[in-house]
Amino acid sequence: MTATQEAQVEEIVADDNRSVIRSITRAQATQIVLVLLGMMVLFTIINPDAFLSVFNFRSIIVNASIFIVLGVGVTFVIITAGIDLSIGSVLVFASVMSALVMESLGTEGWAIAAVGAVVAVLAGALWGFINGFLVAKANVPAFIVTLGTMGMALGISQVITGGIDLYNVPEVLVDTVGFGDIVWQIPTLAVIALVIVVLGGILLHKTKFGLYTYALGSNMEACRRIGIRVDKQLIWVYIVSGVCAGIGGYLSLALYQQTTIAGNSLTNLAVIAGVVIGGTSLFGGVGTIFGTVIGLLIPVTLRQGFVISGVQAFWQEVVVGIFLIGAVYIDGVRRARARRSSGKKPKPMAIGGLTIGSTRKEGNSE
Amino acid sequence: MDERDDGSEVGMPLLEARGIVRTYGQVVALDGCDFDVEPGEVTALIGDNGAGKSTLIKIMSGAEEMEDGQISFMGEDVTMSSPSVARDLGIETVFQDLALCPHLDPVRNLYLGREVRRRAPLGWLGFMDNKKMRENSGEAFAELGATVRALSVPVGDMSGGQKQSVAVARAASWANKIIFLDEPTAALGVVQTHNVLELIKRVRDKGIGVVFISHSMPEVLGVADRVQVLRRGRRVATYQSADTSLEELVGAMTGALDEERL
Repeated sequence: MTATQEAQVEEIVADDNRSVIRSITRAQATQIVLVLLGMMVLFTIINPDAFLSVFNFRSIIVNASIFIVLGVGVTFVIITAGIDLSIGSVLVFASVMSALVMESLGTEGWAIAAVGAVVAVLAGALWGFINGFLVAKANVPAFIVTLGTMGMALGISQVITGGIDLYNVPEVLVDTVGFGDIVWQIPTLAVIALVIVVLGGILLHKTKFGLYTYALGSNMEACRRIGIRVDKQLIWVYIVSGVCAGIGGYLSLALYQQTTIAGNSLTNLAVIAGVVIGGTSLFGGVGTIFGTVIGLLIPVTLRQGFVISGVQAFWQEVVVGIFLIGAVYIDGVRRARARRSSGKKPKPMAIGGLTIGSTRKEGNSE
Repeated sequence: MDERDDGSEVGMPLLEARGIVRTYGQVVALDGCDFDVEPGEVTALIGDNGAGKSTLIKIMSGAEEMEDGQISFMGEDVTMSSPSVARDLGIETVFQDLALCPHLDPVRNLYLGREVRRRAPLGWLGFMDNKKMRENSGEAFAELGATVRALSVPVGDMSGGQKQSVAVARAASWANKIIFLDEPTAALGVVQTHNVLELIKRVRDKGIGVVFISHSMPEVLGVADRVQVLRRGRRVATYQSADTSLEELVGAMTGALDEERL
């Protein structure tokens, strides 16, 4: 290399370090944090004693934990431009299977609780595999596949139990995971969710698996031509989502001390809404685990805040709906802006405008 | 891939395609097409629209299947069943649509599918050596003329020329036998076109066979050592570019020459 080239390399690498900061400020997740903080400030002003209480924060965290675990898996799926509607039903299926196995083993003690955990994870992984296999190999759209398995997983759970919830959950599980605290007022449930979040974040943002997840959502055809095993990657992504739903099912058993067969019909939509509010693009290629966590904390914080402020909690659904539509609208605006700005120097203001549908539309000039 | 300096006979083509047939429904894209690539030589593949140039490149790089015909690589018959097969043979391709991931930055695109892993045990878990990849990419882009200014901006935010540079740099970094370029200069400005053409020559000088599709005859005559002309799915002529002319090439492409001969 010549001296000029070396200088250029240095310049390029230096520019790179600057843009790390830029990419943080650009991320939709950063802005959504501000929304969450703003909400908290507002509720604090309305009713400081109740909102700032340890009890309040504890319930927000507990209520959000299971959704966040599900959200981690769904984030992977949506980044590939897919969707997983089956998570609520898979959660139910996993909790039913886990409860059944634990019941048959005698219901008490840590050993049995551990077996139950393994069963729940495997049950989730099974549905994830079915979803992924059908999406990748049979080429059925993810929306239809997971709509189908959503009905199947719930239906089978109802057939097995006759539609009646199971209540035999090991007491150790309920006492430690469901209601217990690791230390002080830090709920065990939340710590487990945090561990899943951290593992999911590392997997998505630091490893090859995560990189291929983004690459798939960005340009699947390019991945295929480059030689990435697209089908295998897709199947694993849906397995990740299934496993998260399975873990969610187990945590749900611990928290509610029963299966919740009838209680999860809208879980999928609530989780997907949170993930999208958190900045993950339904068009694929964009999204963060951090954004998902914030996006899922917002509905729960709203509900809690409304209750505390004396507003009917039903308003929460209304506000979340507005946020959801707003988030997708903003994503669309950014994508459009990015499309216009390409061709010029990349603008720092092209916030999250990482999303361009496909290079095929862009670079092709036959 | 260690058998590069295999001392294969002079004049033996690196890659030879014979009688390639490919149809799309009623349309015959390739109708018994021949093609050959010599090491250390720039070959231009020209022909009118619909002559089958892109299809031929896709077949030789494993991105499309052929219905009939044979491909041999360094004297041995090979089945280009997937792009990975071609890649493993040291064949890289810049497709017309560039095959880049718009959300990923140039470094990610350059290394996609070939990530440098961290040392064990972190490497086993799929952790990547980002620093090393970034430094190497910086060099690869600088070598191309540094039209790629920032390494962590998503490729989708870049100009058409920058995208093309990323795709070309990727192919040039990995190819060690053959590089196919499907209209590599189509979206480029004057300076960038010059850079790509210079790069083509540099790659050739390393002993790699370069094949490029172009509609620009001055470009073809300026860079190519040899020109192969496709018409209606067949190779109708091969010229040494030193011995040919614009008129002759256009004549072969349009079929005017044949008719004169008849």
